[in-house]
Amino acid sequence: MMRIIIIGAGVIGTAIARELSRYEIDIVLLEKTADVANGTSKANSGIIHAGYNADFDTLKGKLNVKSNPVFDKLCADLKVPFKRIGSYVVGFNEQDLKELKKKKENGEKNGLDDLEIIGQKQLISQEPNINKKAKYALYAPGAAIISPYELTIAYANNAVINGVQLLLNTEVNDLISDDGQIKGVKTNQGEIKGDFVINAAGLYSDKIARMAEDNFKIKPRKGEYHLFDKEYGDLVNHILFPMPTKKSKGILVLPTVHGNILIGPNANTIDDKDDLSTTSKGLNKVLNGAKRLIPEIPEKGVITSFSGLRAALSSEDFHIDFSENLVGLINIIGIQSPGLSSAPAISDMVVEMFKNYSLRENYELQLKKDFKEKNSKLPHYYEYEDKGKLDDWQKIVEKHEDYGEIICRCEHVSRGEIIDAINAPVPAQTIDAIKRRTRASSGRCQAGFCGPRLLQILADQLNIDPLEVSKKGSGSQILRARSKQLILEKIKEDKRAGDQ
Amino acid sequence: MTKHKMVVVGAGPAGLAAALEASKNGIDDIIILERDKYLGGILPQCIHNGFGLEYFGEELTGPEYADRFMRDIDQAGIEVLTETMVLNINQDKLITALNKTKGVLKIKAETIILAMGCRERTREKIQIPGDRPAGILSAGTAQRYTNIEGFIPGKEVMILGSGDIGLIMARRMKLEGADVKAVLEIMPFSSGLVRNKVQCLDDFDIPLKLQHTITRIEGKKRLKRVEISKVDKDFNPIKGTQKWINCDTLLLSVGLIPENELSKAMNLKLHPATGGVYVNENRETELKGVYACGNVLHVHDLVDWVSEEAEIAGRSAAEYLNKNQEKRDLPIKITPNKNLTYTVPQKIEYKFKDKKFIKIYLRVEKPMENVKIVFSHNEKSMLSYDKKIVMPGEMVTVNLPVALIKNNMEEIKLSIVEKVGEKNGRT
Repeated sequence: MMRIIIIGAGVIGTAIARELSRYEIDIVLLEKTADVANGTSKANSGIIHAGYNADFDTLKGKLNVKSNPVFDKLCADLKVPFKRIGSYVVGFNEQDLKELKKKKENGEKNGLDDLEIIGQKQLISQEPNINKKAKYALYAPGAAIISPYELTIAYANNAVINGVQLLLNTEVNDLISDDGQIKGVKTNQGEIKGDFVINAAGLYSDKIARMAEDNFKIKPRKGEYHLFDKEYGDLVNHILFPMPTKKSKGILVLPTVHGNILIGPNANTIDDKDDLSTTSKGLNKVLNGAKRLIPEIPEKGVITSFSGLRAALSSEDFHIDFSENLVGLINIIGIQSPGLSSAPAISDMVVEMFKNYSLRENYELQLKKDFKEKNSKLPHYYEYEDKGKLDDWQKIVEKHEDYGEIICRCEHVSRGEIIDAINAPVPAQTIDAIKRRTRASSGRCQAGFCGPRLLQILADQLNIDPLEVSKKGSGSQILRARSKQLILEKIKEDKRAGDQ
Repeated sequence: MTKHKMVVVGAGPAGLAAALEASKNGIDDIIILERDKYLGGILPQCIHNGFGLEYFGEELTGPEYADRFMRDIDQAGIEVLTETMVLNINQDKLITALNKTKGVLKIKAETIILAMGCRERTREKIQIPGDRPAGILSAGTAQRYTNIEGFIPGKEVMILGSGDIGLIMARRMKLEGADVKAVLEIMPFSSGLVRNKVQCLDDFDIPLKLQHTITRIEGKKRLKRVEISKVDKDFNPIKGTQKWINCDTLLLSVGLIPENELSKAMNLKLHPATGGVYVNENRETELKGVYACGNVLHVHDLVDWVSEEAEIAGRSAAEYLNKNQEKRDLPIKITPNKNLTYTVPQKIEYKFKDKKFIKIYLRVEKPMENVKIVFSHNEKSMLSYDKKIVMPGEMVTVNLPVALIKNNMEEIKLSIVEKVGEKNGRT
């Protein structure tokens, strides 16, 4: 059987893995970190854009508009939280109105027919907390919010239940080729043979491409965010954008699918692709930017601040094409916003490219008969609580008592949910991985209460020493020693020194 | 749905003392709901001594202090449900909780004692920029790892904040063989008890750097180093004073927040200075029959005072159930004036009966010496107490004799003033 290697388990790599797993082929998905969704896919605005922003003649523009309507069914199948709440681009003067009209025209060229420009009165009625100087807004009812890492995890889970082999902690160091034809990859875990390679390595997709002497340069662009306590969840009802600039859509204010408020991002080009640090300057900029839209931003309500990196190419468009130098390699590079919004169309496009390739190679692709379109729904207490269905939760606890023990007090997450995450098709093996799947430790106390409890559950379930449990993979262990261990080491050391 | 005369939320020192006191006053249908496996709240992990001097007149460790109450609870036959998380309370005093054995519990209470305690402020609350590596913990979480779970979170430790838990953990980590580099405090004075500063830092040669904070965190996987800076009087970092210090662990002791999510669910308003609900002298909240005490009401420095306050709540709740209370014609507001951040209670609502004093708990804004704490009504002084030293880290209590309270009073003000002519000569 033909084997495909996909490099990178972000939203693009996992979406492609899932779509390709519909066919009778051997698929290996490689991820260098300890979890899927660990790069750009974990830290972004979590928006499915309507599609009026990207120019109609770009790949971005085409793929975004094509993807947007797909999400309702996709998220229902994969059990991903998704809400089509609509967005407003907010204008303050007549010049802005002109720009809004241009955006609307661009959106219509992209094929959108439900865009609308509204006046101040209507805007205030929809968004009572908006800056009272705001005069106009471009309304896009199709814009939606999603949890970007949960989409990626769901894609990965679905891929794995459909036979994809996911290898975590596996970093590609080189490509293997023979006479211009790709033959596999060299990784830190050894060589992996393959007939076709898809480079979906996000921020590092240029590095992988250069292994095939395809020259690209990703310039990471950092964006910082603040997340607010659910207490302020009704601050805004839609996604609010300021007027966009060439480089970014500006600092937004939006609700998240879990009922928090998110503000950000700023945009700073940096060199280090692993630099996810926040800066006081950047965080202030985000706060002040958001205040232009919502003057009464509750600064005290911030529960966490973080940053994400956009994998930007200088063309500012997506690059999705076969390698110029190696047969059997596709490079997917420069997937920044609206990359999340375009993921379904990108994966469709790559599947088509692969189909054409296999036709040329006289390889007959067959659909799997038992492909599972849907993920099973794991129970989450907070969903039952929100819907007032505690009687149903009672039945779940009666089946298994672990669902009756709350481990995360802020987000109301039970032991059963955490154990489910650790034993899922794509297993959660770190504290951060549990957080992304269950919300445990993502609330206002930031693991103060549940941290030691999560650590113990992970150690028990994975059958490892508590000293090995990490926040986000090797090198980020939470604990350093057993009680008295340091003292005993010191005594031994002193004794040795004394003996000498 | 089950019904109980009294439901106590939380089996920390406040919940235990309140339940015991209600029981002593004849209430026989009490249930305590506790989310942890064991009783005592934070006390079992506080293995240092210094507890009980005021309440028991002897020095105990945290577990010993808790043990005394646990035995009495047992003897009184008070029902306790552990590993039971209260998830909601509504204004009709209907409690929703969850545990393993019974699943979803619905309990209708005649009276409720809120004794949920407090939680620690996080890195995010004080917004230190930089990386987000492993190795950054609240001091209380580190204390749990060390004293309950048997693990040491790190070898080279920096501590931000000189709150009591930070000071205690500085010593604890040192005793465990870690290199404790310094304790930083953004204020010009330590925010913990003086005795803790002396016994935990001075005795162990751990430097306390006042007016310092952390301005950046570095380390992609595990913490590598922190940048510290001196701050000016407005707490802004002073340029040019930055210094990097290598460490693998940062413990945060930057304040405690009363855990009032359940109080908010009942629509109770929170006091901006205490972070707790508003209460009268009985520790009764704005919702009749609902009481709050201990750290969920305002953060205490001494557990002894938590117990004392909880007894007021437990006794009053019993009086409420026994219909043995009478309201005053007019409630009296207790208002903090100059240099005070808050008082508890915030009002007096009932007739005194056999009470001789109303005890007022208060906190000062800044350290002061040779002061007078003055009660006044209509700008006229009613009574004053002399204090040699007051500081924000140490709660002050003063007694207001009920004999001085007249029926027509609407507001009593409390203020703190330096005694004229006795200014301290220090520069």
